[in-house]
Amino acid sequence: MTLDWAFLLITAVNLVAVIGLLLNLGGVLTWVERKQAAVMANRIGANRCYIPVPVPAKAPGGGWKVRWSKRFTLVGLFHAIADGMKMLTKEDYTPPFVNRFIYNLAPFIAFVTVFATFAVIPFGGPVEPARLLDGPLLSGIGALDGARAWLAGFFGDGSGAARTFRLQLADLDIGVLYVFAVSGTGVFAAALAGWSSNNKFSLLGGLRASAQMISYEVALGLSVIGLFLIHGTVDLGRIVDQQQSLWMWGIVLQPHMFFLFLAANIAENKRIPFDMPEGESELVAGYFTEYSAMKMGMFMMSEFVAIAVIAGLVTTLFFGGYHVPFLYDDGFHFGESVVPLSHLTVVVLRLASFTLKVLVLCWFQILIRWTLPKFRYDQVMRLGWKMLLPISLANLVLTAGIAQIVNAR
Amino acid sequence: MVEQHNHYLPVLALVVAAFGVAAAMLGINALLGPKRRAADGPAVKLEPFECGSVPIQLDNRRRVSVKFYLVAILFVMFDLEVVLLYPWAVVYRDLGWFGFAELLAFMLSVVVGLAYAWRKGGLEWR
Repeated sequence: MTLDWAFLLITAVNLVAVIGLLLNLGGVLTWVERKQAAVMANRIGANRCYIPVPVPAKAPGGGWKVRWSKRFTLVGLFHAIADGMKMLTKEDYTPPFVNRFIYNLAPFIAFVTVFATFAVIPFGGPVEPARLLDGPLLSGIGALDGARAWLAGFFGDGSGAARTFRLQLADLDIGVLYVFAVSGTGVFAAALAGWSSNNKFSLLGGLRASAQMISYEVALGLSVIGLFLIHGTVDLGRIVDQQQSLWMWGIVLQPHMFFLFLAANIAENKRIPFDMPEGESELVAGYFTEYSAMKMGMFMMSEFVAIAVIAGLVTTLFFGGYHVPFLYDDGFHFGESVVPLSHLTVVVLRLASFTLKVLVLCWFQILIRWTLPKFRYDQVMRLGWKMLLPISLANLVLTAGIAQIVNAR
Repeated sequence: MVEQHNHYLPVLALVVAAFGVAAAMLGINALLGPKRRAADGPAVKLEPFECGSVPIQLDNRRRVSVKFYLVAILFVMFDLEVVLLYPWAVVYRDLGWFGFAELLAFMLSVVVGLAYAWRKGGLEWR
């Protein structure tokens, strides 16, 4: 068996992109959360961290000296760095009464499952590496000829034809099933952390988290089946391919299910208005009460990274993934008129389109977090079982009927 | 034509990488953070946290309310039904009206189950 070096290189690039995107987005979202809170409470907010900038000033006895009076705050973005530094320099204390193995395992489960969920989400359009350096501007530059020849050779299939890759870490045909399987494993993190901590608040938080997460998993799975029977596949790459036209976007086909899916996802992520497992006012910090330093930070980070993953999933299913309206592989098509674009431009535009949609949906989740008051626990369970589940069942029957009528015509 | 790689190797790579990032963060924390022996610290550091009051008991892994198990059983039931619907949804276009009739028959059993649980108060949180 020969190694497919081109595939390995693409995988490595995708891996670095996914890890980099999620880690940085997780950090930036802590700042977005604070800034959004400040904006909505009419405060300035997140302006304490700064880097002092030297400013020359007149000394009293004549001459000049340096004053460190100017503060470079970068609209508060240093707060994310300060957070990380603080958690890294705190004592990682393991209480003597915990079950050590499970106590240490739980943060890893929380962290890894969130990252692993992103593996099947396509974050960019198909890339044909051999054509990346073509185009009206770049093809004139002779210095790039060597690189162009190398790309064509490395990413060719040996017979001269160029290969096309998808910007997606793992192109699995089970797609969404993988997403639900892996994100469902996240329940273990909360349940095990709560049980192993040997603290009554942790135990209650862990139980509440597991009961809530499994309740909403049913509605989560049911709410999007309508989309899959329209698309006829659960492969996320194929689903995005079929959303080329604006009329096939999930938000147009099933607008009500977008809200249901997002609500179920926020409940899965245990954020306000569904934050009973953490319930600061009654359970201290819920299932991670006994955690300190970076282990607690891993729970926090997995929550913020999960916001980004949810945004990516909702983008893929409901907002056309990486597609830009009217943009096809060779440029913009407006009816009969075509604006041709180079391959590189299309790839970059689609990456930007995906990132922009993800950012807007992240912001939307944080907006919800600062807008709604939290539910009572019985209200959460009632919403999950008596509202979301029957609505998604009814939607499935209705969608199946309409799809069959449209199909028959 | 876009290639379909049905490889699970990248998934494994992502899991290993995420695990590595987490381990690295804990490693840096172990290097930078202070290390004190628990016995040298205040005595409250050895107790489970209970908002500053003296803990009522030291072993908190006790039996829990049965209502959590009821939720778990309902979850297993309904989530399995959801999983059964996925392969049906993928081939639905080819099944035609027969597929729709199948869905109605399946939904009947699901709805009967849901209605029974609802009437019996299994969905109430008391």
